[in-house]
Amino acid sequence: MRKLTDRKPTPPRPHTQAAQLGGSTPHESARLHVTGMAQYVDDTATPENLLYVATGQSIHAHAKVLAMDLSAVWASPGVVDVVVQADIPGKVDVAPVYSGDPLLAGDEVQYVGQPLFAVAATSMAAAQRAVKCAKVDYDVLPAVLEIEQALAQDSFVLPQHKLLMGDPDAAIDTAPHQISGEVYVRGQEHFYLEGQISQATPLEDGALHVLSSSQHPTEVQKLVAEVLDLPFHKVVAEVRRMGGGFGGKETQAAPLACLAALFAQRTGRPVRYRMPRHDDMVQTGKRHDFLNRYRVGFNDDGRLLGVDMTLAGKCGYSADLSDGIVDRAMFHADNAYYLNNASILGLRCKTHTVSNTAFRGFGGPKGVLAVECMMDDIARHLGKDPLDVRIENLYQPGRDETPYGQTIEQHQLPAIIEALEQSSNYRARRAEITAYNASHETTKRGLALTPVKFGISFTAKHLNQAGALLHLYTDGSMQISHGGTEMGQGLYSKIQTIVAHAFGQPLSQVAVVSTRTDKVPNTSPTAASSGTDLNGMAALNACEKIKADLRAFAVEHFQVAATEVQFLEGAVKLGAESMAFAEFIQLAYLNRVPLSATGFYRTPKINYDRASAKGRPFLYFANGAAVSEVIIDTETGEYRVTQVDVLHDVGSSLNPAIDIGQIEGGFVQGMGWLTSEELLWDDTGRVISNSPANYKIPTAHDVPVAFNVVLFDQANQEATVHRSKAVGEPPLMLAISVWAALRDACASVANYQISPRINAPATPEQVYWAVQQAKAFAAKGGAQ
Amino acid sequence: MRFWLNGKQTDVDGVAADITLLQHLRESRSSLGTKEGCASGDCGACTLLVSDDDGSYRSVNSCLMPLASVQGRQVLTVEGLAQAGELHPIQQAMIDTHASQCGFCTPGFAMSLAGANQHAVEGDGRAHILDAISGNLCRCTGYKPIVEAGLQVLPKPNPLPPAPACETRTAQPLPGYWQPTSETELRGLLEQYPDARLIAGGTDLMLEGTQQYRELRQLIDLSHIKSLTRIDSAGDTLCIGAAATYSAQEKALSALAPAYVSFLLRLGSRQIRNRGTLGGNICNASPIADTPPWLLVQEAELIIGKAGGGFRYERLEDFYVDYKKTTLAAGEYLADVRLSRARLKCPAKLYKVSKRFEDDISAVCGAFLINPNGQLRIAFGGMAAVPKRARATEAFINKQDWRNPEKWSAIIDQAAQYLAQDFTPMTDVRASSEYRAAMAHSLLRKACRALVVGDDVEVGIYA
Repeated sequence: MRKLTDRKPTPPRPHTQAAQLGGSTPHESARLHVTGMAQYVDDTATPENLLYVATGQSIHAHAKVLAMDLSAVWASPGVVDVVVQADIPGKVDVAPVYSGDPLLAGDEVQYVGQPLFAVAATSMAAAQRAVKCAKVDYDVLPAVLEIEQALAQDSFVLPQHKLLMGDPDAAIDTAPHQISGEVYVRGQEHFYLEGQISQATPLEDGALHVLSSSQHPTEVQKLVAEVLDLPFHKVVAEVRRMGGGFGGKETQAAPLACLAALFAQRTGRPVRYRMPRHDDMVQTGKRHDFLNRYRVGFNDDGRLLGVDMTLAGKCGYSADLSDGIVDRAMFHADNAYYLNNASILGLRCKTHTVSNTAFRGFGGPKGVLAVECMMDDIARHLGKDPLDVRIENLYQPGRDETPYGQTIEQHQLPAIIEALEQSSNYRARRAEITAYNASHETTKRGLALTPVKFGISFTAKHLNQAGALLHLYTDGSMQISHGGTEMGQGLYSKIQTIVAHAFGQPLSQVAVVSTRTDKVPNTSPTAASSGTDLNGMAALNACEKIKADLRAFAVEHFQVAATEVQFLEGAVKLGAESMAFAEFIQLAYLNRVPLSATGFYRTPKINYDRASAKGRPFLYFANGAAVSEVIIDTETGEYRVTQVDVLHDVGSSLNPAIDIGQIEGGFVQGMGWLTSEELLWDDTGRVISNSPANYKIPTAHDVPVAFNVVLFDQANQEATVHRSKAVGEPPLMLAISVWAALRDACASVANYQISPRINAPATPEQVYWAVQQAKAFAAKGGAQ
Repeated sequence: MRFWLNGKQTDVDGVAADITLLQHLRESRSSLGTKEGCASGDCGACTLLVSDDDGSYRSVNSCLMPLASVQGRQVLTVEGLAQAGELHPIQQAMIDTHASQCGFCTPGFAMSLAGANQHAVEGDGRAHILDAISGNLCRCTGYKPIVEAGLQVLPKPNPLPPAPACETRTAQPLPGYWQPTSETELRGLLEQYPDARLIAGGTDLMLEGTQQYRELRQLIDLSHIKSLTRIDSAGDTLCIGAAATYSAQEKALSALAPAYVSFLLRLGSRQIRNRGTLGGNICNASPIADTPPWLLVQEAELIIGKAGGGFRYERLEDFYVDYKKTTLAAGEYLADVRLSRARLKCPAKLYKVSKRFEDDISAVCGAFLINPNGQLRIAFGGMAAVPKRARATEAFINKQDWRNPEKWSAIIDQAAQYLAQDFTPMTDVRASSEYRAAMAHSLLRKACRALVVGDDVEVGIYA
């Protein structure tokens, strides 16, 4: 530039306060959200020649495709192009890790809803009407639809994996008490409010720009390039924000981008592929169902001596991310407890259903639920309060080895549970509820305190890296790009705070711009709660690089010591002097100091050896606990959650309001998973919970008025970004306290002498049958 | 046709009869703040406010609202909430309470809450807010900050921009869409367009377009026919017009039928109740419709109009023929529903069992009433192909001394076998047949306990 800006250096903007760490500032897009001005993919301008995509879908769970007659599809009004698998110029398989996810099915279909062909038409309705005109001949094959069937037929997408610590069989066999149990845990539909969507626009020379609602723009770029047989540099993937992700847009967004890009390449026109809600609920993967079985040996105090657990995940027809998901279920089958001797077997069952995928917790919740179910069963067996059994088994110094060989180093949970037990008045309420239940027949109340210990880091080691790109402009304003995506979790807000704080600037000086593969390449998915840990550190690294150059310049130019150069309170302190930030940056520019830098971060210390099933897969653990109280109607199984108290560890919070929002939102989402959200298939393999009319996520009415969330204020001992901890996934598992409290209420029907089986979700129907179990037990005279 | 969009006169023509307000706003008006989350009226992301005859605004799901139906109305979207650059107080409150995360549901919540804040509110503020957002789903926040934002603004009403006086009304706002204002006009249209579909709230009919991509080429809108929307409680009979919305019924019947009105809070959401009508619920003939069990125990009578003129009368119980089938013949329309005021005063209980308390479809819905002759009347939804009276069970119970506090419970035990004669429920996504059968019995027991000994607990509203 020839001439620097003559605008006054200090911008007269609202947030002139220098950004603070730990301030509860609003979400960076809050104002755009409430005014409807925040743009999602479907809100981008629609060019006249925009085409819309729909797919023709398999009506069978497993079949050979003998013939497809698409002539009526081609003839349908508005249709511009139709593609089948043979039309894909590059790679057909869009699997994220292993293989087996064809973009369009070939001669075999493996789930109801699998795309067979795709249509591009001049409107969404035209595309949707056209796909219904196909004539497809199938030869129907036998289908495996349930976990039990897959186990019986050895139907797996990948080999099993096992964690082993000590000699569990001997420990269980010689223990004073042995019990075994089983719980079926259903999956969960993500129900992000913004459905899956992507838009591809052809650029010059065969290049493409792809807007996607994706947690993983780099994978979108890679798969689009592979499908179209292009070098990666011809494809730019961009994500500004998602209307919710929750894991559902980690791998599931890419096929939409690939089909939109394929049509864009073929027609030279911009193409949008938005899935209507029905297609989204049928065609995209969900949280896995799990069938969990355990055998446990323990002593009179309820202390675990040996545990043998089998976790069988319903992966669907392909591997997708199921290896990591079942692994994470296994890594969390101890939850907060020292198992002493343990065998934990994880099975990856193949069924002819949609391929299940990441969902907040990534398998972890299924492992945690299994062991919490076991804790309740032990307590009932011994006639103890389940909380006492839980406390008895918490990891402690000296009893701190996990079944995968990682030593627990930070022991926050004993303190968290003790504090929560006090603040929630657990013991007095337990006594009062027991008395209530003894004198009431048609209603019963339940109470449970459950902890969460959640491992932080991707278990695929190479994903634990991140990049950032920081530009400082000569008016003192900054743009930060990083590899993470914004899905509502507040990542952009935290990054904005980190960067503004690094330069002592107000938040308004830092624009967090959309995540693009041409800004920061080779990024990891925004997943595993790692968004801020990884990208925050990379952004900080970029800040430190620019600051080092600026500091060196100041030392030379102003003849001050390096320690006397400070970026504070909106200005630059140069010894006793102070200079406006923009003025200083302009001076640095004129003196040819670099004002742009990339940042990088890789997580230290982590490793895992699959052969020995030992290592340190996690840098640290995030911890928390919740107490939930419920009341049930024993005649119908209907219930209400009446109080929830949470104490949760986020290290040193970067933004308490955002962290509390994650905890509350995660809790309610977990509560939905375990109560009203019931994923169901019919006996032909068709999803019958295929619409918000028959799949019910919680409404505001379901959230108790007494919902108290407090942060456990303790800095992370690991050197994470400003000693904060990850918060995205762990709180979801706090809602297991609701499930356990419902079971507690059911157990009260038999005076707490049995632990009735309740599968998850504990719908009113499930609760009703559990009450019937308890009634039948009580009618037989109870325990002898 | 003409309507007002955020104060701006908006003229439309050459648009299909079945295009929704949401489609029109997003595709033709670049009004992109209103979002599509489900296109089935379940998520509320498309919620906006439409002016009513009384000048106030009602929240609606724009995904299910035919564009033509807003003729002469003012439509307020999130873009119209801020006035002269000043955020509406609910918008500021939502920022202050951190009520948005991903932001996609936020405009819908802002509209529902702005609607709830247009007038002064008496009574339980929290209940008012929960009611207003009963049709809004949020998957991120857990709702607490959204409810807090609503409670923050509630003490001070914030009036919305006045709706322009209706200047234009045409009988046919768009080709293929008619808005008759009298039954005479309606009969003429029925004769002239025998294939036209009748639409009132459209909360079910419009799904044929938004979910199955079927075209609805000819629609006759009943909502401007005064004789079909009135609720008349003069004399011994209560007449509820078939096109009376649930919201209108809530307002008109709170003293006459309080149990029914509080039960309506579990039917759909506020947005749905602002549009949905009694006639729609009856004529749609769904086995899990929520009003028919109550109407069956009230022994409601239907007045059915005919294209050629005249009316016929039919008991609701005789109206249902089979799954989704009624006696309504081509050229006929349901005009109104008649209830005996004496029977409305009878002791009655209404229960609904579903997976979620709000805005869910019944697994089983039960209605129970002691009629003026002391006879128990029982009807269920969700237990058969049609909403149905439990005739065998009624006959058994009414022969017993069932109102005796010492005996009722044993009589209800025995009633199970008669329920099994009356009903063979099915298993579907909402419940198993075993659970449905058990619920019919449980609800009967609950009702009798409440009616005989006055002991009644509903955990759904326990706080």
